[in-house]
Amino acid sequence: MQKLLASTALMLTLALPVAAQDYTPDPAAKAGGSITVTYKDDVATLDPAIGYDWQNWSMIKSLFDGLMDYTPGTTELRPGLAESYEISEDGLVYTFKLRAGVKFHNGREMTAEDVKYSLDRVTNPETQSPGAGFFGAIAGFENAGAAGLSGVEVVDAATVKITLSRPDATFLHVMALNFASVVPKEAVDAAGPDFGKKPVGTGAFKLAEWTLGQRLVFGKNADYWRAGVPFLDSVVFEVGQEPVVALLRLQNGEVDVPGDGIPPAKFMEVMGDPAQAERVVQGGQLHTGYITLNVTMAPFDKLEVRKAVNMAVNKERITQIINGRAVPANQPLPPSMPGYTEGYAGYAYDPEAAKALLAEAGLADGFETELYVMNTDPNPRIAQAIQQDLAAIGITANIQNLASANVIEAGGAGTAPMIWSGGMAWIADFPDASNFYGPILGCAGAGEGGWNWSKFCDEGLDAKAVEADSMFDPAKSAERLKLWSDVYTGVMEQAPWVPVFNEERYTMKSPRMGGEDALYVDPVSIPVNYDYVWVTE
Amino acid sequence: MAAYVIRRLIQSALILLGVSFITFFLLFVLPADPVRQIAGRSATADTVENIRQQLGLDKPFVVQYARYLRAVVQGDMGRSYLQKTEVAELIWSRLPATLLLMLGAIVCELVLGLTMGIAAALWRGRAVDQALMMTSFVTVSAPQFVVSLLLLYVFAVKLSWFPIGGYGTFAHLVLPAVTLGILGSGWYSRMMRSSMIDVLRADYIRTARAKGLTRARVVLRHALPNAILPVIAMIGIDIGIFMGGIVVVESVFGWPGIGQLAWQAIQRVDIPIIMGVTLVSATAIVIGNLLADLVAPFIDPRIKLR
Repeated sequence: MQKLLASTALMLTLALPVAAQDYTPDPAAKAGGSITVTYKDDVATLDPAIGYDWQNWSMIKSLFDGLMDYTPGTTELRPGLAESYEISEDGLVYTFKLRAGVKFHNGREMTAEDVKYSLDRVTNPETQSPGAGFFGAIAGFENAGAAGLSGVEVVDAATVKITLSRPDATFLHVMALNFASVVPKEAVDAAGPDFGKKPVGTGAFKLAEWTLGQRLVFGKNADYWRAGVPFLDSVVFEVGQEPVVALLRLQNGEVDVPGDGIPPAKFMEVMGDPAQAERVVQGGQLHTGYITLNVTMAPFDKLEVRKAVNMAVNKERITQIINGRAVPANQPLPPSMPGYTEGYAGYAYDPEAAKALLAEAGLADGFETELYVMNTDPNPRIAQAIQQDLAAIGITANIQNLASANVIEAGGAGTAPMIWSGGMAWIADFPDASNFYGPILGCAGAGEGGWNWSKFCDEGLDAKAVEADSMFDPAKSAERLKLWSDVYTGVMEQAPWVPVFNEERYTMKSPRMGGEDALYVDPVSIPVNYDYVWVTE
Repeated sequence: MAAYVIRRLIQSALILLGVSFITFFLLFVLPADPVRQIAGRSATADTVENIRQQLGLDKPFVVQYARYLRAVVQGDMGRSYLQKTEVAELIWSRLPATLLLMLGAIVCELVLGLTMGIAAALWRGRAVDQALMMTSFVTVSAPQFVVSLLLLYVFAVKLSWFPIGGYGTFAHLVLPAVTLGILGSGWYSRMMRSSMIDVLRADYIRTARAKGLTRARVVLRHALPNAILPVIAMIGIDIGIFMGGIVVVESVFGWPGIGQLAWQAIQRVDIPIIMGVTLVSATAIVIGNLLADLVAPFIDPRIKLR
């Protein structure tokens, strides 16, 4: 406690009271009832240290909690299992005060030991967590193993102190990731490798039933520590349902939310019918669809060529191909992400200027290249539109239509000159500007197998990114976002990407579902925030 | 007989070994890295390397294959890369659904196929025959995806006779079984027709007719039991055709069988599941063929097993 008592004025200003930023659930909400959500694919693991697809992401969110959380329907952080936290002056020590009386689904009270165990577990190589790298800033991460992280200390049963090896402005977001969820050691030990099938957390729901390949049932956690929620008694997930079939069942009143969304082929039909269209909630999402240009391969090693391609692509037309379910993009960040540069013009559609740039690069007669694309609708159609746009300035792009795994492989290996990212595009892990940089545009992702398919690596920009992420003080957040804005405009000056569009999200719901629209396009919980939605009957 | 069975079993084991090798090899050379699928987008290079090592995917092909084979022989098909559940459990939990669907489909195609085949043979060369054979031609070549959706739309959505996909009751079984059955019935009707025509030409049929027996009795009691023999033998072979069909039909109807499991695993490069489903289906096909051959002498004493 000595170190805690030695808190400075800065620390006190950062210690946030809980009530101030909590969320008031819908006063009209009714408790009870059950909803049915469908999915095409079987649900993968529900182990929070391992689950990492958009389908199990929100399911895990409802079963588990981390120290931090997001206000429903927004990208704003709020404390979760932590009641409050303090950040030291140098930004290296985070002290979390835990909420009292929080119980796991097995009835045992959650303590600081559980927090330490959970962070040790997710970073232990034996756990094979895909998200281990997010915790790289915690002291002792390099030696993470069975002995645990030296940077995570239990001060007392209700206090955890986490020491970082470098300041990390995104650290509170990291603590809100599913990977940082708190799990009880005894349940993990008892289930062994099957913990993902027998999850035990502190979340609003507990797993009541899982019939492999058929359905999962989440039952309400009556002892949930947040008062008044969840409203639903249960959520039934039916898996193995084609999206088209799910839509038919929704129209028939058998399904409440088609988890895979409205199938592209049915979109116009649904939106053209006022009765159905009024049950569709539209919102932005933290997504950008882009074309990568491999800067290590000729002729994309020439800046003029990359700029020319940026000017040649008609983004308006491409958004029409997907029935206007997106807005054209001009920079890597989506508009709803803090740090987005308002008023940035980017490269306007101008085939004539593009031709002139090609001539400047000594390629007046154009060249031949390959465009890789994932083989599910509408991506091949989008690739054809890009192909036509490029043909108009003399570039012959041969389309390589492949399964996503093969495109990802070619992108990682750096053998693909151009890739249309559709179907594999970046959706943020957490709502912070930094999340669109490191893995997809930074030097770290440019290595063999990395997700930076342009193989773009600018050390000056990387240094700026590091600087931005060391600005942990919330008071400097505007300054930090300005720095990130500079990083992304700096990226666009070198044009390793053609940002094409930001997809909008369309969630369809049954008439009996209640709750404000923001819960149905929650940026963190896809498709809906299960903890806060309710039904009228 | 015993010697024959033993020889066939050894052959079967070799076939399965070959199937496992080819599948494993194809998955190995596939330009798609399963570790990338597991690690996801944000994983650091260290994380990716760690997962690769933990799963033994950094080892050469021969070592990986030998390890897999040794585990399978000991009854361990491994755990799914993404679901982390034991492959045996995943397959076992879905097998009843697939077997039920297969049974339903076989009943369906036999009833449809044999009826059509017999009718076509009896009215050979006439309009009925031509219409039926045209139908069988269409059903054999119709894409299963289209037939599934068509049946689903007409009988479940428009007429509401059956539930829209899913699993659990007899009503759920009808549409997927009929979809598979319609497609298979084309083959059976053609086989039944030609077999029946052959038999109807035989001397003993003429004798039976000459005795004054009714046409119906001659067809059902004298001709059918003989004409049906080659068709019965086909059921064993049919299992192989089903294994292809169930992938599509199970996906469309949301039928929780191993076809759906395989389809999802292929999309996610979940190698242990792909291997497991392949081996289980190959075993089913091999056993199906073996049983068809073993049953044949009991149905037709002219067939001798050597």
